[in-house]
Amino acid sequence: MMFRRTVTGRFVLRLDDLEKGLLGSLVAQLADLLAPKAELDPMAAMVGIDPWAERSDDPALARLFPDAYSDDDEAASEFRRFTERSLRDLKIANARTALETLARAGQKVTLSAAEAQAWLLTLTDLRLALAARLEIVDDDWQRPEDDDPRAPNFGVYDWLTYLQESLVQALIEGPTL
Amino acid sequence: MTAPADLERPLLDEVVDVPWITLVWNDPVNLMSYVTYVLMSYFKFSKEKAEELMLQVHNDGRAVVSSGSKEEMERDVEAMHSYGLWATMQKDQ
Repeated sequence: MMFRRTVTGRFVLRLDDLEKGLLGSLVAQLADLLAPKAELDPMAAMVGIDPWAERSDDPALARLFPDAYSDDDEAASEFRRFTERSLRDLKIANARTALETLARAGQKVTLSAAEAQAWLLTLTDLRLALAARLEIVDDDWQRPEDDDPRAPNFGVYDWLTYLQESLVQALIEGPTL
Repeated sequence: MTAPADLERPLLDEVVDVPWITLVWNDPVNLMSYVTYVLMSYFKFSKEKAEELMLQVHNDGRAVVSSGSKEEMERDVEAMHSYGLWATMQKDQ
């Protein structure tokens, strides 16, 4: 359950059925979360402007689409109208790539460099969204005790962290035999 | 006919080339290795430079990762958001 890069530049990961099912379900939930709530009129869609885009009340979405200005609400809103829709489409496309590559794989997931990049970004978005749900908001966050009902979700979060770390290492360090 | 010039709104920014900066902020989720990787991939920084900035984000809570025109910073901030990094832009004070 660790990514490695092959000499031919592919990225390989072994997952058992349980892990595949879990990951597929998490990525599908992420894609649902990212799905736009309203259709854009065709002209706005063509130029990629979303006149209705605003900072979400959902902490997970607010973290995935943060304000671009910390000290200027008006500028932040304008930036959001011009960028959020394409950012959303990009994140959804990454999640779809992860789902498709997962669906076509057996227990061995093999990815091209471009697909590995989509996985990397989707694992990031997944961890950001899950962290928001688990209220991991600063560096002093604590894992709950083992008998805490939230413990399994923190276990999933740790697993995603491990998976992402191994992918980053494979990307940085190059092929391993 | 020409409308009266709007004297309320100084155009100084456009005359004097005020540089803008992109800041990346610390968050408890993104991995140190990942932040380094993003800075190397997107800005083409060396591993040393990327690690230095990553540690600055980690230790000081934020770091300036790029500077330039407003349009360039908008591009950089949007790219950082696509990588899931928490980035903002502002005028360089």
